[in-house]
Amino acid sequence: MLTRLKDSTPKTLLLGGAALFSVFPLLSMLSAALQPQGSSPAGFSIPTDPQWHNFVDAWDVANITTLMRSSIILVVGVVPVAVLIASMAAYAIAQLRIPLGKVFFLLLLLGLTLPYEIVVVPLYYEMQGLGLLNTRLGLILPLIGLNMPFAVFWMRTHFMSVPAELSESSAIDGAGPWQAFRRIQLPLAVPAIASLAVLMFLSTWNQFLLAIVLIDDPNKRTMAGALQGFVGAHSTDVVLLNAGALLIMAPTILVFLAFQRYFIQAMLAGAVKG
Amino acid sequence: MSTVDGLAGPAAVAEAELQAERRAPRRRRAGGAGSRRRARWAGWWFALPALVMYVVFELYPIVTAVQYSFYDWDGINLSTPVGLDNYVRVFTEPQLLSSIVHAFILVIFFSVVPVLLALVIASIVREIRSAVAGGLARTLLFLPQIIPGAAAAIAWTWMYAPDGAVNQGLRAFGLDALARPWLGDFTWALPAVGIIGTWLATGLCTLLLMSGIGKIDTSLYEAAQLDGANRMQQFRNVTLPGLRQEIGVCVTITIIAALASFDVVYMSTQGGPGYSTQVPGVQVYQLAFTENRIGQSSAVAVVLSLIVLAVILPLQRLFRER
Repeated sequence: MLTRLKDSTPKTLLLGGAALFSVFPLLSMLSAALQPQGSSPAGFSIPTDPQWHNFVDAWDVANITTLMRSSIILVVGVVPVAVLIASMAAYAIAQLRIPLGKVFFLLLLLGLTLPYEIVVVPLYYEMQGLGLLNTRLGLILPLIGLNMPFAVFWMRTHFMSVPAELSESSAIDGAGPWQAFRRIQLPLAVPAIASLAVLMFLSTWNQFLLAIVLIDDPNKRTMAGALQGFVGAHSTDVVLLNAGALLIMAPTILVFLAFQRYFIQAMLAGAVKG
Repeated sequence: MSTVDGLAGPAAVAEAELQAERRAPRRRRAGGAGSRRRARWAGWWFALPALVMYVVFELYPIVTAVQYSFYDWDGINLSTPVGLDNYVRVFTEPQLLSSIVHAFILVIFFSVVPVLLALVIASIVREIRSAVAGGLARTLLFLPQIIPGAAAAIAWTWMYAPDGAVNQGLRAFGLDALARPWLGDFTWALPAVGIIGTWLATGLCTLLLMSGIGKIDTSLYEAAQLDGANRMQQFRNVTLPGLRQEIGVCVTITIIAALASFDVVYMSTQGGPGYSTQVPGVQVYQLAFTENRIGQSSAVAVVLSLIVLAVILPLQRLFRER
């Protein structure tokens, strides 16, 4: 049995095997993406003459510039607003102890485990009614609302850990609750806010179901949502398909590699605390 | 929120809150506290934006979905009330029922296998002290977590293609007879989709369990060793109990991902071939947007949500720390 292995070499091999399993599908895509266009590549092969230019072509075909811009608009529309109003609500619940705050919090917890599938169809008709279907605003607003359960939950955990004396002493100094929030509480909450922002960036950027339902035009969608249109149009061109799909994944992978410590920390904490 | 929105503690927290409330009934403030009470109500200005967004874009749609589920509606013409018909059909129409069965089969691949694999990897890796290998492995194991599920589906569609890496590997070992277009095979498409879920979840679970093992007091292992416990016994008596909370988190997140799966299935098979990989998530989408059966779609969505709650809430009790 595995547990009897004494030496650390088999352990390293095991870990290496798991790591390889994690990256192999991506490497297989890369190997196909670097084959000459129009050829039919085999599963995984080290390209003898890597065609890096395929990525340039795929960039244009997949409209990456437009997609990046679109995803950035969505993220910028969702994350700061959601973080701010969730922090305010969590501050009101945990520090100001508003009446019925617990009821509100329990109501939010209800939304925490429910899958997006239950809201997507009504949201479609709601947005149609508001005239926001097929607009970015019509995706931004629901994403803010749907982020509230987790975001308030997360920020509440932070505000519960801030000693009440802090608010009390600032109240004695004559600061109103808004000033206390902005000047004292928000700066202290920066680490919690930063992790939350990372998680929301990722979930917005990768949002698929809502993006394909609420926005018809792939160019206005998230990067993930745009994959659907791209695959539909290029499913027969294996080389270009893989190159384009890799490009669509690349931004998150690059951001992850640059800030990986931070990402892993935030996501592990997000999983456990949530 | 994609992968981390499966949450481990809501029910537990809710219950703790309620108990705290019961233990300490709200103190009625003595007279003259009117202004203070008014000040506390004023705090609602802070909570209002979040409340409005949540009500308008989550609670209201949920209520609407429940309402739709009692009607026959094509999305355009007038709707007719049909009572529980849509729900009856969820459990009697073979296609709809089979999608629920598939969701539970996917739990094996999305949840059970990743958690078991993660337990094995994490408990074995516990003793590796190489920071470089550990760090590199962490990065690579985490990669599937940060790409969208739709992209993972594309990567694996290529792996499973007739010329893909899976068949290439089989042929390299002389197993040509086993090679097939995996996602187009009525028998093998569902397990093949399941393995995509295994790929997505194993890294996150492994890292969660690794960090959990790191928090177990090493003196426990030393004591167990002194008592002559072998590795299996150490695993059963020290590692497993110590990881109770982390295992609970992994199980919760991955079960929700399995039951409510959409991205991966939609992008890899669209539920096909036939209905062999149909799941409730894809069903909700297709019933509403290609078949224009809004009421039926909503009934599937409501049933799916109830199933998620019915599975997750007891699990939370089970894994709560004693």
